[in-house]
Amino acid sequence: MTAREDILGRIRTALGPDRRVPAEISRDYRLTDDRSPDDLLDVLTDRLEDYKATVVRCGPADVAPTMARALRTALGEHAPADVVVAPGVPAAWRPDGAVEDDGRPAVDLAAYAAAVAGVSVAIAETGTLVLDGSALSGRRALSLLPDCLVCVVEAHQVVSGVPEGLARLDPTAPLTMISGPSATSDIELQRVEGVHGPRTLVVVLVA
Amino acid sequence: MTAVFLGIPTAPRGVGHLRGDESFPDAARNSLQNGQLRANLGHATSTIRGKRAAVVGEVADWAELREAGRAIKAATMARLDEHLIALEEQVTARGGTVHWARDANEANAIVTRLVQATGTDEVVKVKSMATQEIGLNEALEAAGIAAHETDLAELIVQLGEDKPSHILVPAIHKNRAEIREIFLRTMPGVDPELTDEPRHLAMAARAHLRERFLRARVAISGANFAVAETGTLAVVESEGNGRMCLTLPQTLITVMGIEKVVPTWRDLEVFLQLLPRSSTGERMNPYTSLWAGVTPGDGPQEFHLVLVDNGRTAVLADEVGREALHCIRCSACLNVCPVYERAGGHAYGSVYPGPIGAVLSPQLTGVQDNASLPYASSLCGACYDVCPVAIDIPSILVHLRAEHVEAQTRTTPEAVAFRALSKAMSSPRLWRLAQRAAGLGRFLARGRPTLPAALPPPASKWTRTRDLPTPPAETFTQAWAREHGG
Repeated sequence: MTAREDILGRIRTALGPDRRVPAEISRDYRLTDDRSPDDLLDVLTDRLEDYKATVVRCGPADVAPTMARALRTALGEHAPADVVVAPGVPAAWRPDGAVEDDGRPAVDLAAYAAAVAGVSVAIAETGTLVLDGSALSGRRALSLLPDCLVCVVEAHQVVSGVPEGLARLDPTAPLTMISGPSATSDIELQRVEGVHGPRTLVVVLVA
Repeated sequence: MTAVFLGIPTAPRGVGHLRGDESFPDAARNSLQNGQLRANLGHATSTIRGKRAAVVGEVADWAELREAGRAIKAATMARLDEHLIALEEQVTARGGTVHWARDANEANAIVTRLVQATGTDEVVKVKSMATQEIGLNEALEAAGIAAHETDLAELIVQLGEDKPSHILVPAIHKNRAEIREIFLRTMPGVDPELTDEPRHLAMAARAHLRERFLRARVAISGANFAVAETGTLAVVESEGNGRMCLTLPQTLITVMGIEKVVPTWRDLEVFLQLLPRSSTGERMNPYTSLWAGVTPGDGPQEFHLVLVDNGRTAVLADEVGREALHCIRCSACLNVCPVYERAGGHAYGSVYPGPIGAVLSPQLTGVQDNASLPYASSLCGACYDVCPVAIDIPSILVHLRAEHVEAQTRTTPEAVAFRALSKAMSSPRLWRLAQRAAGLGRFLARGRPTLPAALPPPASKWTRTRDLPTPPAETFTQAWAREHGG
C-alpha cells in the first residue's frame, strides 16, 4: 500500500463509519463596514503609521513629484537609476530616470536602493497592502530585495476589513500581504522594525 | 475509541523531537532553579499578554470570529480525507508535486532525496514546527546537507546549539545580553562592537544571512494554511526571511502536517484575523505569502508539498482529543499559562510546549511516552479563554489523565488512597468517621492554615507539591446540625 492510501485509510478508520459532519459554518462576523471611504483612508493611514511606515497623500496629478520627494527623504541624495519600478507602473507615477524591471535574475534586484509598485488591494483595518504578482505589483522579488519599498495605493483600492480584501483577490496568484516594514519580535517579544525585507516602507495614497 | 484499539500508529520513537529525556516534574524542578530563565520568561510573556489583550479587545466581533474558526476546523477534520485529496489535485494542477509521509522517518527521507536530486548540499529554512517535530535538520545533516535556519529566534537557537522553548519565539528563554554573547561567539565577521540593542542584533542577523539568501538554490518551509479548493499555501511571518526563502531559490519544499488544510479560500478571512492578533499581538503580521503551485517567471520553478501524518491520524481517532488538531500555533496559550511562565518550554521535552503541547505531544506519541504532560497544568483554564479557535484544553487534559490512569497495570498508593476515599464518600457512616479522623490533622497543623509539607512517604509525594488545608474545627454537616437542629 502506498503512503497516500495508508494515510487516507487511517483517516477513514479514525473518523469511523458514521461521521458527524457539522452544520453549515455560521459567519456572523463582520463582512462589510459602513464607514465612509474618507474614514477608511484615515484608518489605513493610522494603521500604517503605527507600523512605522511613511504615508504621503496626493492628488492623481501629483504622484511623480510626491514620490520623488518621499524617495529623497527615505534615501537621501541618490542616483535616479537606483530606483526600479514594476513593469506595469503607469508612466505618470514613475520618478524620472527610474529603471523598469526587465526580468533580469531576481537576485540582481538587490542592487537597487528602492522599488516602486502598485497594489491590488489595501485593507484599512489591518494596514495591509496586497501585491498580486501582476505587472502593476511586479514579481515578488521586486518588493523584497531593495531596502526601500514605495507602494502606490489608489482610493478605490481601499477596503475596510480582511473579508472584503480577500474577496477581491485571485487565490491562485502569487500574493504578498504587506503590513509595514519587515519587523521582528524575537528578542524579548519587543517589536523592532527592519530585518530581512525592506526596512523602509513608503505609501503614496492617491485620493 | 482509541488509536491503539483501531491499530493507527502514533509518532515513532527514535526520531524527531516529541519526547523529552526526563519527566515534566523532574525537568521543571531544574528549570525553576534558573532565576535568569524565570526573569526572561516573566518579562517576555507579560509583554506579549498586554499586546494581545489590547489588539483582541479592539475587535468587536472577536467572539464570532473565534466561533467561526472553531467550526471551520471541526468541519475540516470531519472530512479530512476529502480535503487532502482536493488539495493534492489543485497543487498538482498548478505545477506542484505532492508527497505523502506516514511518519517522521518517511518525511525526512523524502525531503533528503528531493534536496539531493538538486545537487546542492545546503538549504535555507523558514521557521516550521513540522520540520522541528520530525527532526529534519538532523536527518539532512546525516546526509551531508547543511540546513540554515533563517528566522531570527531559530538562528539564535541554532547558533547557540540550544533547543527551542516556545512555538512563536523559540529563543524566548534568552535575553538580549545572552543573544549578543551568542552572536559575538558564533557569527563569522560580526562587528565586535555589537551592542545588545534589539535593533542592532536584528541588523547583525540581516548581514549574516543576506548572502545565504541570495545564493540559496533550495528552500524548505512549513505552512500555516493550505486551501483545499484552490491549492493555495500560506506562510505567515514578520521578518522577510520567509519571503526570501519562498521567492528566491529555484526549488521550494514545503513540509506540512495533514491537519493544516482548510476547505475554502474564504476560510482564510477568519484565520488571518485570528492568528496575528493572538500570536504577536499585532493587527496583522508584516508579511503573509500565498502561492499556488508554480508561477512562471516569479519565484521557485519547482515546488514540492510533503504531507505528514506522524501520529495525527491517531489523534483524530480520539473524539475528545482530536480538537488538539485545530491548533493554529499562535502560542497565546503558552503566554498566559502560569505553569509555562515558571517552568519554561524546555521542561515539556517536546517542540510543542505549554498547554497545547501538554495535550498534543502525548496524543502524537501515545500517552505512555509523555505520561507526565497531562498533569503539567493547574487546570485554571486561561489557555481555553485565549485560544483563538476555542480548543477546550482543560477538558482534554482531564481526558488524557483518565486515559493514563486507566492504562496503569500496577496499583499505585495514590490509586489505593482514592479507592478508599471513594468508598468512604459513598457511605454516610464511613464519611463521618473519616471526617472525624481528618480532624486529627488540626494537631499536626498546630494552628497554621496548611498542614506541614513534610509528611512521611508515600504521602510526601502528594504533599510536596500541594498545600493541604488544615481541617476546620467543625464540618459543614456538624454546623448544619447545630444551627438547624439536624
